[in-house]
Amino acid sequence: MSKQKHASQLRVGDSPWVKWSLIGLTLILTMLLLVVPLISIFQQAFALGVSHYFSSLIEADTLHAVGLTLLVAALTVPINLVFGVMLAWSVTRFEFPGRKVLMTLLDIPFAMSPVVAGLLYLLLYGNNGWIGAMLYDADIQLMFAWPGIVMVTVFVTCPFVARELIPLMQQQGREDEEAAVILGASGWQLFRRVTLPNIKWALIYGVILTNARAVGEFGAVSVVSGNIRGETNTLPLHVQLQYEDYQAAAAFASASLLAIIALITLLFKAFVEWRQERSLNIDTDK
Amino acid sequence: MSILIENISKQFGNFQALSPLSLSIDEGEMIGLLGPSGSGKTTLLRIIAGLEGADSGRIQFADRDVTNLHVRDRRVGFVFQNYALFRHMTVADNVAFGLEVLPKQQRPNKSDIQQRVKHLLEMVQLGHLANRYPSQLSGGQKQRIALARALATKPEVLLLDEPFGALDAKVRKELRRWLRGLHDELGFTSVFVTHDQEEALELSDRVVVMSNGHIEQIDAPGALYSTPNSRFVFDFLGNANVFDATVSNNQWQNGDASLTLPEGLSPQDGQVYIRSHEFTIGTEASAQANLPLRILAINPIGAEVRFELEPVGWQSQEVWEIDLTHKYCDQQSFEKGQILYATPKHGYFFAQDTQQPRQINWSLKLC
Repeated sequence: MSKQKHASQLRVGDSPWVKWSLIGLTLILTMLLLVVPLISIFQQAFALGVSHYFSSLIEADTLHAVGLTLLVAALTVPINLVFGVMLAWSVTRFEFPGRKVLMTLLDIPFAMSPVVAGLLYLLLYGNNGWIGAMLYDADIQLMFAWPGIVMVTVFVTCPFVARELIPLMQQQGREDEEAAVILGASGWQLFRRVTLPNIKWALIYGVILTNARAVGEFGAVSVVSGNIRGETNTLPLHVQLQYEDYQAAAAFASASLLAIIALITLLFKAFVEWRQERSLNIDTDK
Repeated sequence: MSILIENISKQFGNFQALSPLSLSIDEGEMIGLLGPSGSGKTTLLRIIAGLEGADSGRIQFADRDVTNLHVRDRRVGFVFQNYALFRHMTVADNVAFGLEVLPKQQRPNKSDIQQRVKHLLEMVQLGHLANRYPSQLSGGQKQRIALARALATKPEVLLLDEPFGALDAKVRKELRRWLRGLHDELGFTSVFVTHDQEEALELSDRVVVMSNGHIEQIDAPGALYSTPNSRFVFDFLGNANVFDATVSNNQWQNGDASLTLPEGLSPQDGQVYIRSHEFTIGTEASAQANLPLRILAINPIGAEVRFELEPVGWQSQEVWEIDLTHKYCDQQSFEKGQILYATPKHGYFFAQDTQQPRQINWSLKLC
């Protein structure tokens, strides 16, 4: 024990005063910035009583908003899963001109404000836009309808899966895949039995992040949805509408649903991170 | 299965990895591709496997042209430098992989696969590790599993990329002997890549020495060592001491040092290459040679004692190395800083600006 104490005294920047004031400050800020708002969501949601809470949740418009949000997530996640795997595979397994540019382009949705993304889609696919005008003639309406909401959500969340996979696939290299092909594996067998198990946890992690963002996206969706109550209102938009209608408790009840989804996501994320770390440990334990 | 390689070349961007080269490998032969890094040996191996396409030329397995055949259909065994075992599969599943991905009509049934995996694991003496994961194995064990996996589909050609590169010296030696035994027993044709000359000489029936994308020499290990056909091969295989010789007074001179011209060689300038074990030493110059050298270090290396020496009164680009037997050294007393006179018995002469060596033998003249 005394040896340990001695060693800890020698570590740089480890004076107790600095240590405890930093930890204390961080804890206070975490409480103020993260925990208090989260608790207050539930406190406000239940402000008018439990029965009011549940009755505001089963209101038709709220239920519709929940349904639409789930639909958007259910469509966005598989689209971006496939897209992300394809993109990560292309840039890590093939050499082609423009590879680096492609990897930079992938960050556009992160770098750009979602509102701007929504506006771009509106300009392009709206009834007066280049493509939108043609679609209008064909009687197809994308903007101010759920397809538009899905489109911008796909745009905003498309980097998550690929961003998770690219570094991992770069690190793992292509030797495993070469070995599988030499042993006679077909393209599908290779993917199913070698590549997919190798990237499994990173893929799940990417999906969780995609889902969380798809459920919570506000900026881009608010531009293209048109806020038609009971038709094109997703849950985050619904929260805002209810709040503007002076239904604070109902707004917070809806918000609490989003908070619960976020908490479940966090749990999942922690579990996947733990699994991922474990599988990486096994890898590096050579 | 014999392998015929004709005029294979490969370019990566501006880098000529392989200049057109040809090589014919007999059935059941074990061939070592030996060369420094960047010599193209791994590229050649990958082209034979089909992992890399050649820019020109063709490859034939027995009488089957495989130049445009996909890797999957070439049916070769390949052992990767870092083993490339599938980390999420058990040892048994790794070995079974090649059998399980066979098309349905050819795939053995489950119990046959299990039987074959068991047999293969016993062959590599690791039957007890069937349910382990690759991360739980040592380097030597991984290497053997990689080999069992490659042999599962009974390939007639086995290709190995630096098979023992990542192992420690003792395990390496053991595995080398074991691989040679397996090769002789199963009779497949093997090609392996190595930068380790000892490995190439010990393991191969014939060694292919490569540099800069060319084949320098193809020969049996013994012949390669005794009759290298170029300066590169000479330098790369074994230690050679180089004496820059200028003809003067009908002998080779370099500063204070001199060597008599061997009989039958017209006097010309050039370099004399002498292997480190081709010397006798004494405390004064002999009639045949006057090569004063100062002892820098005396290192016992296995069966021999290696002397590191620097020239006294003449020039050499590198430190000279002379190997003597323990028995001889025990009889004499040597110490650092002492000056010795070396007398070469046998060497090779490269005339100025030529690549072809001539053997020279002083002892013949003395006899």
